[in-house]
Amino acid sequence: MTRITVTVDGDRYTDDIEPRMLLVQYLRESLGKVGTVIGCDTSNCGACTVHLDGRSVKSCNVLAVQADGRDVTTIEGLAQDGELHPMQRAFHENHALQCGFCTPGMIMQGIDILIDHPEPTEEQIRHGLEGNLCRCTGYHNIVKAVAAAAKAPNAAALSSSAAGA
Amino acid sequence: MTTVDDRPSAEIGNRRLRKEDQRLITGRTKWTDNITLPGMVHLAMVRSPFAHARITSIDTSAAKEAANVIAVYTAADFPDGMGACANAWPITPEQVTPDHLPMVGERVACAGEIVAVVVARTAAQARDAAELVDVDYDVLPAVLDGLEAMKDEVLAHPDKGTNKSAFWKLDSAEAGTGGNVEEAIAAAREDGIVIKREYRQQRLIPAFMEPRSTVVDPTGEQVTMWTATQIPHILRFLIAATTGMPESKIRVIAPDVGGGFGGKLQTTPEEFITLAVARRLGKPAKYTETRSESLVSAHHGRDQYQKLTLSATKDGTVTGLKVELVANLGAYVAIVGGGVPVLGAWMFNAIYKFPAYQFNCQTVLTNTAWVDAYRGAGRPEATFGIERIMDELAAEVGVDPLAIREKNWIKHEEFPFTSVAGMTYDSGNYEAATARAKELFGYDELRAEQAARRESGDPVQLGIGVSTFTEMCGLAPSRVLGSLSYGAGGWESASIRMLPTGKVEVITGTSPHGQGHETAWSQIVADRLGVPFEDVEVLHGDTQVAYKGLDTYGSRSLVVGGEAVVRAADKVIEKAKAFAAHLLEANADDLEFSGGRFGVKGTDQGIGITDIALATFASHNYPEGLEPGIDADATFDPDDFSFPHGTHLCAMEVDTETGQTRMRKYVCVDDIGNVINPLIVEGQVHGGLVQGIAQALWEEAVYDENGTLVTGSFVDYTLPTAADTISFVTENTTSPSTTNTLGTKGVGEAGTIASTPAVVNSIVDALRPLGIHDIVMPCTPERVWKAIQSAGSHDGETTTEAQPHFDEAAPNNADPGSTGEGNAQ
Repeated sequence: MTRITVTVDGDRYTDDIEPRMLLVQYLRESLGKVGTVIGCDTSNCGACTVHLDGRSVKSCNVLAVQADGRDVTTIEGLAQDGELHPMQRAFHENHALQCGFCTPGMIMQGIDILIDHPEPTEEQIRHGLEGNLCRCTGYHNIVKAVAAAAKAPNAAALSSSAAGA
Repeated sequence: MTTVDDRPSAEIGNRRLRKEDQRLITGRTKWTDNITLPGMVHLAMVRSPFAHARITSIDTSAAKEAANVIAVYTAADFPDGMGACANAWPITPEQVTPDHLPMVGERVACAGEIVAVVVARTAAQARDAAELVDVDYDVLPAVLDGLEAMKDEVLAHPDKGTNKSAFWKLDSAEAGTGGNVEEAIAAAREDGIVIKREYRQQRLIPAFMEPRSTVVDPTGEQVTMWTATQIPHILRFLIAATTGMPESKIRVIAPDVGGGFGGKLQTTPEEFITLAVARRLGKPAKYTETRSESLVSAHHGRDQYQKLTLSATKDGTVTGLKVELVANLGAYVAIVGGGVPVLGAWMFNAIYKFPAYQFNCQTVLTNTAWVDAYRGAGRPEATFGIERIMDELAAEVGVDPLAIREKNWIKHEEFPFTSVAGMTYDSGNYEAATARAKELFGYDELRAEQAARRESGDPVQLGIGVSTFTEMCGLAPSRVLGSLSYGAGGWESASIRMLPTGKVEVITGTSPHGQGHETAWSQIVADRLGVPFEDVEVLHGDTQVAYKGLDTYGSRSLVVGGEAVVRAADKVIEKAKAFAAHLLEANADDLEFSGGRFGVKGTDQGIGITDIALATFASHNYPEGLEPGIDADATFDPDDFSFPHGTHLCAMEVDTETGQTRMRKYVCVDDIGNVINPLIVEGQVHGGLVQGIAQALWEEAVYDENGTLVTGSFVDYTLPTAADTISFVTENTTSPSTTNTLGTKGVGEAGTIASTPAVVNSIVDALRPLGIHDIVMPCTPERVWKAIQSAGSHDGETTTEAQPHFDEAAPNNADPGSTGEGNAQ
């Protein structure tokens, strides 16, 4: 067992864990952060995408021990004081989700795209989302939502709270 | 007394943002795998790596010794069984239907079949220990391919003596719905056009994003099962029917379900095993599949060989269509597995006025994953076949693909129209949808560009693909289903509870998993009862709450379940009217209901329906002879299906040097009757389109010669990404359905049904001058390139390799240069 201390969605956690434990397992099984989901076992689907020190990672591709001393933001930590993150609002307003299973990962990745491309083209959005699979929407409205979020009035606040940490 | 007056004039037709979203975008979700219960144990399945083998021994001792393992069970530990995966639709009385048990003890019939289950304190420990279960197999010859299975040389189930499960036929002459197809073909051979084609519907995997998961809690008076399913009600019924448990002791809950596309309309071995283990141990138990397990063991879709013979006069007027299918059902006849290809019987004739028609379907068993409904279920396969061969007819006659369609389709003024397959199409306007699609597409301009590129010998050619589809949707009339030996009805149920505080609960027997029923049903009820959209709560997917229902598949929820909601609302109004008359001291005949309020004609007196709900809650003052309360239930059984249609146009650039294809534009104009929520409809169409496009371009479930699924993960089974796809142009024309009062038709499957042939037609259209008339799906760059290469090397003539048909010995391929008998003329 290895001891780690991780900040997740603003709260600090200390746990003894198996070294082989994946970050996504730690989030779901140890912390009950089940908003982050597992869609595959080959790092293809991106449903488990979270932010590690403000940048997107697939949490199935990171060991929990690698998050020691670092800052994780999940879909559950995006809304602040009951106020949706602009990317969350854009997904709602553009009907960018149907079953919603890929949505946490899509939203986290959408935010990450805007860090690199504050005014993204459609092509930049589509390439930025390439590691996240959706079976419901055909991506059409997800692409629209990311573009709309980039144009949101408070787009400057787009990177997750952890980005500035 | 107050009335509700702060609502929009009409909710139906509004682009309402979805009620469902709030939880889903903030991660407050109830996926089955999120559920944790006190003392819960975790399951891991031990699956056969072999497609066909006899189990000679299973040694579970090492697994049982592993840390925190609670139990390891094989089929021998359940001598009374664990229930069964039932086939609910035997398509003929003689259908060969092998027993499908959740866990096998003697012989595995496909890779991925479960031979043991390990129970441990954590999922990781269960999986680790599953590796320690030592199973000895005696490998048997396996049959994998549908046409191979037809030969009956290697048997998927030797005890059955044949791989042929059932043969089903519809003949218009025998049914009295049309002429004799053989005579039509013979006549066309003398003086007309006969086109024969063979098409392959490759095997697909539904690949819903949420892997399947089941949690069973056996500790209550009712055993509760949460499961990622489209069919909680049917599952509950089949658990009772196959395990002997009293139905009243079973509660099934479909919590948040992450997509289905038909892939979750099965009752699964994993559900029965989790139930059996939880009951045996008396502890809550959870099983969640990995994606790799899902791909190998959740049911697959499509997998047909199609042989089509179309006859026409020389001017391209169709005179007959003969369809011969071989449908690979996999190792077992799944819940509606045999019936899925049969649904094509009413769809191959599509929107065209064939005077003579014959549909033949042979289903076969193989040692592969069982095949069942995948988005469209039988109709995409049929639509692909007919829309591909209509393009061939257009090429043969030498006219535009849209012109040959228009020449043969049902005219707007001919609706309702009884098809040669005996179905009555309720409404439609193919002319209007096509005209609008052409306009949005810039059809004439793109045709001009195509001609210019051909003229200049541009290495990047442009193809334009057409698909003018229709589908039957809304499973549906119970009497029709009965006549087809379907095991259940097609009705749907709804209840409306008028709460004393003015809120409204709507209980629906449908079971959404991404469609947005909560939003759409709220819109319907808000309009009907005159209550605010926000005050309507839609409950579903729990057999204790919605005790009666037939769930969600086949584009049935709105057209059947939505109509049940309408009827329940009308009953509420009717009941409330008597109370209104009593409370207003008026004659019921003098009341009119509008905007949520009963008013006395010619006066300003009135009472709101929510006030009546409160009054009946108190029940201090109500009419003699009536029960307090205005809640109502309704069950709706439609008289007929509804028939959406649409015109889809696809522009594709094909690089003749590399085989690379690039979609330039995709336009579709769908007529799905009246629309409740345009936002939701657009989303359904977008998602449907990409699934259909993916069949055309990327997806295929592939087994190696041993029956191992080589596309067994998302690395190999290529779901499209955002970077592979484009944004679409979607619009609607409106021909209200006449089979329900809302005038709605189904939309969930339309995009998938229509888009596959549009895409393949576009690629073939780009390459037709090279002599290419087919490319087998998925049309990968490699296949396109090979087709171009071999076409070029034969001076315009194509070869079998260029158009790799499925069986070199098949009649059409005996003479690869012949693209149809009509070509010889």
